[in-house]
Amino acid sequence: MAMKIIVNGDGLAVSEDIKHIKDLLDYLGVADKPLIVEHNQQILQKEAHEQSVLTEGDKIEIVHFVGGG
Amino acid sequence: MLKVGSYQFSSRLFLGTGKYPDFDIQKQAVEKSGTEVLTFAVRRMNIYDPTLPNFLEKIDGNKYAFLPNTAGAKDAKEAVRIAKLAAASGRCDMIKVEVIGCNKTLLPDPIETLKATKELVAEGFTVLPYTSDDIVLARKLEEAGAHAIMPGASPIGSGQGIINPLHLSFIIEQANVPVIVDAGVGSPADAAYAMELGADGVLLNTAVSSAKKPVQMAEAMKYAVQAGRLGYKAGRIDKKRYATASSPEEGISIGS
Repeated sequence: MAMKIIVNGDGLAVSEDIKHIKDLLDYLGVADKPLIVEHNQQILQKEAHEQSVLTEGDKIEIVHFVGGG
Repeated sequence: MLKVGSYQFSSRLFLGTGKYPDFDIQKQAVEKSGTEVLTFAVRRMNIYDPTLPNFLEKIDGNKYAFLPNTAGAKDAKEAVRIAKLAAASGRCDMIKVEVIGCNKTLLPDPIETLKATKELVAEGFTVLPYTSDDIVLARKLEEAGAHAIMPGASPIGSGQGIINPLHLSFIIEQANVPVIVDAGVGSPADAAYAMELGADGVLLNTAVSSAKKPVQMAEAMKYAVQAGRLGYKAGRIDKKRYATASSPEEGISIGS
């Protein structure tokens, strides 16, 4: 059974093995990158990635620093 | 030393990280500029291509203080959210408040900028608002607790230099916190001029990143900021309408 979530504005179906934010980051291949996650409008500190539980319909924003003035 | 909140910098040049031809040139430019403060924007990551390189992976991040901006925010609420996202990186508590109120000129929205500044100061951030060269607004930003004021010299990325030195000098004279001239600098002369007016620092990006040779321009800007600062401290001469000879009048009739 797949779970549907919204990542950076796009719908994404992920397997139910992906339980926490950390699992999602691993799945996307970005876990080692310097990034910041917002989970349902709640900004997560890095330590919370392993505890924050994903459920159907969750909205995830994954952002990072890019060049800017 | 330039002191902004609890931070201290020996370089008075803050450098933006946007629009460089490539990361190698950018890295060299950052090094040559001697800057200690780099600005960044906060954006969605491309999760479909996580292999895309990021400049942060190319530099020793520990050597620099990060000054993320809230560019993209249209109001105070969005600016506060971006600031909090940036802070969650664990990398910085400095924030450049940038709330654009006009898409054509990229001039800031004064009301939302002031509101965001108040909120972020209350949240414990070190707040550096990008503002126009409005003297009253600069004072109100300071009263709101801004740790530095960053008036634009001319529109962002325009390279028009300092179009209102009078207003800038009023802001500098009035301020009790550092004034960092941000936006519009086009050449080393502009950067030196800002410093000569008494600015505490200069923040620039396009003038270096879009120069024909960014690395050389970065170095030129380093010296321009230093020269301008020294000139300011040395105190320039008053302007006179007519000439005054530099060579002595005495003993002028040599050989006649």
